Amino acid sequence: MNQSFLDYYNLQPLFMAIHSALCSIMPEGLAIFLEGLVVAVLILIMYAVLAIILIYMERKVCAKFQCRIGPNRVGGKGGLLQVPADVLKILTKEIIELKNSDHFLYALAPFLVIMASILTFSCLPWNKGGEILHMNIGIFFVLAASSIGVLGILLAGWSSNSKYTIIGAVRSGAMIISYELSIGLTVLTMVMMSGTMDIQQIVASQADGWNIFKGHIVAIAAFIIFLIAGNAEANRGPFDLAEAEQELTAGYHTEYSGMHFGFFYLAEYLNLFITSGIATTLFLGGWMPFHIAGLDGFNAVMDYIPGVIWFVGKTFFIVFLLMWIRWTFPRLRIDQVLTLEWKYLMPASLLILLLMTVCKVFGLVF
Amino acid sequence: MFFTFLIVVILTAIALVVAAMTIANLIAPRSTNPQKGEPYECGIPTRGKSWVQFKVGYYLFAILFLMFDIETVFLFPWAVVVQEVGAYALVCIGFFLVVLILGLAYAWKKGALEWK
Repeated sequence: MNQSFLDYYNLQPLFMAIHSALCSIMPEGLAIFLEGLVVAVLILIMYAVLAIILIYMERKVCAKFQCRIGPNRVGGKGGLLQVPADVLKILTKEIIELKNSDHFLYALAPFLVIMASILTFSCLPWNKGGEILHMNIGIFFVLAASSIGVLGILLAGWSSNSKYTIIGAVRSGAMIISYELSIGLTVLTMVMMSGTMDIQQIVASQADGWNIFKGHIVAIAAFIIFLIAGNAEANRGPFDLAEAEQELTAGYHTEYSGMHFGFFYLAEYLNLFITSGIATTLFLGGWMPFHIAGLDGFNAVMDYIPGVIWFVGKTFFIVFLLMWIRWTFPRLRIDQVLTLEWKYLMPASLLILLLMTVCKVFGLVF
Repeated sequence: MFFTFLIVVILTAIALVVAAMTIANLIAPRSTNPQKGEPYECGIPTRGKSWVQFKVGYYLFAILFLMFDIETVFLFPWAVVVQEVGAYALVCIGFFLVVLILGLAYAWKKGALEWK
């Protein structure tokens, strides 16, 4: 019964119908070209809208934690138009050309950062059948694509020919690659639990309960480690020492100005959303509604809510958690950051992996 | 279909950067000033080369990262089949992990994880 209602929201047949309808009135090549165009425009719109929402949310949440009001002048009482105004402002800022920088790498760095973030962004499971890139090694692809971002950061720092940017980039690079290990191992734990790397099937395997409930304490520990490491991966506080403004002005993007800097800012906020989206997919069931085994009526009511609302809701919940962490904890030093990863999180995630293997092999998880 | 969309997504990323930069270049003001090309150091003229040396410690972590990252790559195919293979999978990966954990323990004991 409830399974059929989930199928009602499945977007795959709709896409197939649109594809065949387009193919019937024009050549297939043109149809695919049109679809590609629509997908590209859709990605750009979602990217821009999400960035605006996230930046506004960050300002408001941060203001609440610091007992301030936050943006409240532009566009009505809530300051709703503050962020669009800032976008316009950043577009009209002069792009300064540096004298001694490595011009090619300096221009290439934003491409890599944006590429990593859009590639991972398009793998998110928005709804049943509602992701852009679907493949059977989805989560592995996400890990691989997100590693491109660190190249962009290192290039940005190295090519701008400034002491602040080099120190910021190397710090950030060391931190991101270190925390990638914990991300990899916790993702591995959840891949093992679901028995597949396909993002849609990972979500589908959580129909009888989200992984965080099914996996007992092991999954909860993995979730916490994933959140800490994901926070570091997105270069956000308390791990934002790459751009520790008291010592390094702005870290690896000190020398970038105007829209050039905007790309790094954009990617930072989208990476926050992507990290939360992946955490939602792996631990909180992605677009899967909240189900309690045995309560069919309750499950059926939950199924009426479309998957995309579940996904966005859960993701924004995790975004809020990460913002809470950012504005609560003081910034760590580089030695503390690396010690936390290599001496605590890394052995802990190896232990979690082994525990989950034991649970899986002897059938101790639900 | 997947590769079509992969190319579309990559092109979208490139188009976003190119389009935004073009718009910014068109509407942004432009003024030349030799001071603007200098590296930013809070207003003080920079001393010496800007491509400075940095701690070798960062490289140690990069090397350690390589070891464990490749381990993760090897573990992914195993993780998918662990339920079908059963206890044998646990034994196999036990050996693999013991070797790796010994490596980590060695690096730890040698002080590679200390920030000096």
